[in-house]
Amino acid sequence: MSELLSPTLITVAMAAALIGALAGVMGTFLVLRGQSLLGDVIAHASLPGVVAGFLISGGRGFLAVLAGALVSGALAGLAVQGLRRGAGIKPDAALGVVLSLFFAAGVVLLSLAQLRPGSAGLTVFLFGQAASVLRADLPAMALVVALVLAVLALFWKEFKLVAFDREAARAQGLPVAALDAVLTVLFAVTIVLGLSLAGVVLMVAMLIAPAVAARQWVRGLAPMVGLAAGFGIFAGLSGATVSALGPGVATGPVMVLSATALAMLSVLLAPERGVLGRVLGQRRTRRALRGRQVLEALGGLGRDHGDPGFGPEQGMLRAYLGAGTTRVLARLQREGLIRPAAATVPQGRTPRWELTEAGHARLAALRAEGGR
Amino acid sequence: MIDALALMILGTGALVALSGAMLGTFLVLRGQAMAGDAISHAIVLGIVLAWLVTGARAGPLAVGGAALAGMLAVLAAQALAQSRLMAQDAATGLVFPAMFALGVLLINLNARNLHLDVDSVLLGEIGFVWLDTMTLGGVDLPVAAVTLALAGLANAAFLLLFWKELKLGAFDPALAAAQGFRPGLLGQALLALTAITAVAAFDAVGVVLFLAFLIVPAVTGRLVAASAAGMLAVALVSGVVAVALGYGAAMAWDVSIGGAMALATGLGLLLALAASPRAGLVAAVIRNRAVQREARIVALLAHLHAHEGTEAEAVECTREALVQHLGWPAAVARAVVLDGLDRGIVTQCDGVLRLSEAGRALARADAGRNNRLSAGVGRGGA
Repeated sequence: MSELLSPTLITVAMAAALIGALAGVMGTFLVLRGQSLLGDVIAHASLPGVVAGFLISGGRGFLAVLAGALVSGALAGLAVQGLRRGAGIKPDAALGVVLSLFFAAGVVLLSLAQLRPGSAGLTVFLFGQAASVLRADLPAMALVVALVLAVLALFWKEFKLVAFDREAARAQGLPVAALDAVLTVLFAVTIVLGLSLAGVVLMVAMLIAPAVAARQWVRGLAPMVGLAAGFGIFAGLSGATVSALGPGVATGPVMVLSATALAMLSVLLAPERGVLGRVLGQRRTRRALRGRQVLEALGGLGRDHGDPGFGPEQGMLRAYLGAGTTRVLARLQREGLIRPAAATVPQGRTPRWELTEAGHARLAALRAEGGR
Repeated sequence: MIDALALMILGTGALVALSGAMLGTFLVLRGQAMAGDAISHAIVLGIVLAWLVTGARAGPLAVGGAALAGMLAVLAAQALAQSRLMAQDAATGLVFPAMFALGVLLINLNARNLHLDVDSVLLGEIGFVWLDTMTLGGVDLPVAAVTLALAGLANAAFLLLFWKELKLGAFDPALAAAQGFRPGLLGQALLALTAITAVAAFDAVGVVLFLAFLIVPAVTGRLVAASAAGMLAVALVSGVVAVALGYGAAMAWDVSIGGAMALATGLGLLLALAASPRAGLVAAVIRNRAVQREARIVALLAHLHAHEGTEAEAVECTREALVQHLGWPAAVARAVVLDGLDRGIVTQCDGVLRLSEAGRALARADAGRNNRLSAGVGRGGA
């Protein structure tokens, strides 16, 4: 177990937590703006920049790779805009074109780079590898994270308005295009920072999954950003730890699966919005509705017969209200709202039922409440 | 000199391009290009799971299982989006990376038995298709090429059988549904074929480069052609040309063959962006200049008409006035006057420009139209 707490693991865990937090924060904006797949494109498109950074600087230095990836990621973002606005290509086609062409350029450059010495580790950027993060990179990484968060805090109100209500932002005279550009650059920085751990193909999930998870639990931008950062940190830490356990297990996939599991659990379990909560709520509503149906039938038939104590037969109620009625009758009897109208059931007949005092009161209350 | 090896690589590449272009045309028309991205990533999980269950990496079981995974990614994303818990793009971005990640992880864990490394999942190994061949009618053919040919035939049959319905579903889904064509069902079939083709292309070009062959030639076709048939034709041709160009470039500079082929599809797109008669930059520039020229002629007529018969005519109706009062560059003023003279709507006498009969009639018509327009605007505003 001493291996588990090695300096390497601590370095990797710190890097993963930094990246997870930043990805969660920026991913919230990406998801809220409906640009999730732009994140995918920028991530794939940073591959040629990574390799070009290596080719130009002659090494796998953190800053060279970061700068190269940033340039190609930003170019890709601009290319998507240009294809959409300039050539009138549909958004999804523009995304697909830029993603695949930039990635192809990256593959070509990668094959060029592999002829050079010292390029052996370049393919870690495809899927990310914990061991590729050096302790010396951590301060620079932390600085970049701090810078991005500072910019975000500085323009918080503006970004919030642009994310939620572009028209209102434009009406207030905010420079929407410039804010868009700044956000895109921040996305690119975030993605590039995560490449060494998550890789170009999977980085998008580190942006989207924590934000989707957070969205299920909270409303409002600030709580969502905070919770997404927390989820991102958890995914990063668990990814780093698990991939340290087994040799040859890439960090990226584990981080992504961890983040996705959080998102799926949130989708299932979150109160109100969650699938489970909704199903339970539906069941509650249906039960209440069925119970009221039976009470109404008993009370209504009694009124129609001019005899509040008129006890219709169970078979008749079933024919009237459907097959599930027997269960509903049993439940209502347990709740003390109805009782058998006669002590004995004649041969070949079904029991007769009538409302108790509590049943009459409940029915009156339900009717007074209106439709609910 | 093209030897058997090159022929195998080129043939396999051409089959990827052909089968991709057929599906890509309609994916692009339906606005589902990124569904192709999701499918091609998600099949990796399907391939690994099919291998874990059946032990087969090729054959109908593996292809079917993998294609099923691709379909599942799209359907799961649709279901998540329909639950209104997240937007469609977030759902897509949540599902397929997770499936891909699980696939990569399983490959990592079973690398020794699976004979599949994660880099080739992404990049493919079209340079090595000759390693895995089968004999068909006395000819050695790469297995990847045979699989791709079958997928391509299925795609071609699908397009031939449902051409009209596919077109209607792409251009006017509401009308297609109203006529009872089930555009939704046809869309599912399109996605299923995309998944099958992605599996077939997987060994050759990997999951991301396949997307280039699926989308880029189709978008190229969209820029150049106005009809679905024209778009498909351009897509097929530009895809195959890209394969040939990419192969040549890869040989010349000793780079990744699949990457070069995929990147070469971008050349066709650039060409279309520059030179397409419909949406190209050159066409747009020509159109803009024509519009600008007409606007200047109208301005010239209005200017001459306004000063005709006034005292300032000798000053205002000269080329110098066009430069000084209208702010036109001298060359532009010269060109516009020459244009007017050529059209016979302006005459020139001692440096003074005058309207000809035809020019006066045109100027009056323009002025009348402008008055009516401004009157209409005034009424509308009142």
